[in-house]
Amino acid sequence: MGKIMNQSIFNKKNLLLLGFIVLLIAPLFLTDFRLNLLGKYLAFAILVIGLDLLWGYTGVLSLGHGIFFGIGAYAMGMYLKLEAAGTTKLPDFMAWSGVQELPFIWVPFQNPILAIILGIFIPVMIALLLGLLTFRNRINGVYFTILSQALVVVVVTLFVGQQGLTGGTNGLTSFNTIFGFLLASTTTQTVIYLITAAVLAMVYFASKVLINGRLGQVLIGIRDGENRLRFLGYDPAIFKTFIYALSAGIAGLAGMLFVLQVGIISPTMMGIIPSIEMVLWVALGGRGTLIGPVLGAILVNWAKTTFSESYPDIWLYFLGLMFVIVVVFLPDGLMGLFKKFQKRWSGLHDKQPNSTRVEKNYS
Amino acid sequence: MISSQTVLESKKITVEFSGFKAISNLDFKVTNNKVHFLIGPNGAGKTTLLDVICGKTQVSQGKVVYMEDQNLVKLKDFKIVHIGISRKFQTPSIFQNLTVYDNLIIALKQDKGLWATITAKITKNQQKDIEEMLHLTGLIDEKDQQAGALSHGQKQWLEIAMVLLQDPGLVLLDEPIAGMSKDERMKTGEMIREIAKDRTVLIVEHDMDFVKEYADIVTVMHGGQLLCQGSMEEIQNDPRVREVYLGRKED
Repeated sequence: MGKIMNQSIFNKKNLLLLGFIVLLIAPLFLTDFRLNLLGKYLAFAILVIGLDLLWGYTGVLSLGHGIFFGIGAYAMGMYLKLEAAGTTKLPDFMAWSGVQELPFIWVPFQNPILAIILGIFIPVMIALLLGLLTFRNRINGVYFTILSQALVVVVVTLFVGQQGLTGGTNGLTSFNTIFGFLLASTTTQTVIYLITAAVLAMVYFASKVLINGRLGQVLIGIRDGENRLRFLGYDPAIFKTFIYALSAGIAGLAGMLFVLQVGIISPTMMGIIPSIEMVLWVALGGRGTLIGPVLGAILVNWAKTTFSESYPDIWLYFLGLMFVIVVVFLPDGLMGLFKKFQKRWSGLHDKQPNSTRVEKNYS
Repeated sequence: MISSQTVLESKKITVEFSGFKAISNLDFKVTNNKVHFLIGPNGAGKTTLLDVICGKTQVSQGKVVYMEDQNLVKLKDFKIVHIGISRKFQTPSIFQNLTVYDNLIIALKQDKGLWATITAKITKNQQKDIEEMLHLTGLIDEKDQQAGALSHGQKQWLEIAMVLLQDPGLVLLDEPIAGMSKDERMKTGEMIREIAKDRTVLIVEHDMDFVKEYADIVTVMHGGQLLCQGSMEEIQNDPRVREVYLGRKED
């Protein structure tokens, strides 16, 4: 496959570079409103890279990544809220709920650096703990997936219930400034957009390096034959926990960038439905390809905006239909389709024997 | 003749599955550098014994000692691999979506920890070992092919190569020639002979012609217990064996 690709100038590397350049110059040709939307899609794209490492490569399906995303977003939101509170040092909703003094868990978030660190650290720690408990005890497959859903229910209930601490159902909103810069200003938003694009590139590149090394083969080994791998001397639990924690950290990072551009985070944005939607972006783009899920996240969210603007009533049916089509006709997602065309096209030039199709084993 | 040394010894092991004794009170010994076959009718406990040795199944009683000082019963399955026992499963279990070469790379004997795996780089010696295995198994031309596209026999050989790359002292093979053609059986047999030159091989097998051809020593199991052990000739002349196993086959 690699050989065929490198022959044309449209090889994978050049296309990636081109895509990244387009993202970098997007502020020149998109309106502020559209740029802001694109920034949101890119935040989702960062998240799905982690999800693809976990599901696409390692075969572990988590339907609870909304939580990690949400915790990252809340961490950033808490800092923004404290900055907006100014001299009173108490976020507005706390005053309404009758909270007099800043709760101790809010104190570290006065420091932006600490807030950013915690936005990644807390998801990682939750995933490490849950991962060790489940994978060590060989709770796998669908049982793990159910547990990941239970985690969502627990965390969302906790966030909704603690009105005075988390802002309850309304979540955190009405932010004002970040590092003293007006959050709503065009310049600030453009800078945040560019940071998001850069983070996406970095997360993508780092994941690619990990996957291209021995680790990538071992993860695929876990997905396709965990038992065989164990009897080659690897402890799958450690690897699965690591990838789960890594993807949780990436999700937290994505959540922080999301809240900066969308200006609100609430429990519904981290609940069961968004958690499942994220997985569908991965499936639609193509599991186990890294770039596929990135494209999937951007495309689906772009379609969501476009269609819900024009046809708000039928948009959800359309979304449902799209996923049915992908699951039934494109089991390998858009990337699978792309590869099929590429093979056919190159087949016209040099008749290469089609290698036997190998079924992938996903839980 | 090399002096015979005990590689593996099971001491009064019992394996129970909800009341049913798959293995009961079994004493069993494997000595070094031998091709050792385990035979017996279905349900005799042969595969269960392999499962116990490699840590897949827990014993209810007794212990299994490797190299006279390691009690396997207390070790986790992936750690048993580290001390030198490697297992090939009955159905070929290779990684379908990886190339033949990549299948061999992840089998290499080295630190299998998380950090070591992330930073792993293949050394010249390891590359040589892999090439050697590709030649031994005749998979050299298929090395860049996806393993899922191999034939059944080739998959079995690939798995044997993966087992050998871990440089084990004891190799466990579960029906390695099942589903193979006559030529493939012979090739596998030669491979086993080659392997046994510097390690011990314990094989569960049903095919008596194959056992006759390649066995140094044969153990017959019946009903979760050891019936007898000896050379193929001794086994064939043992009336108890004829009764439970061979005799029935000749009817």
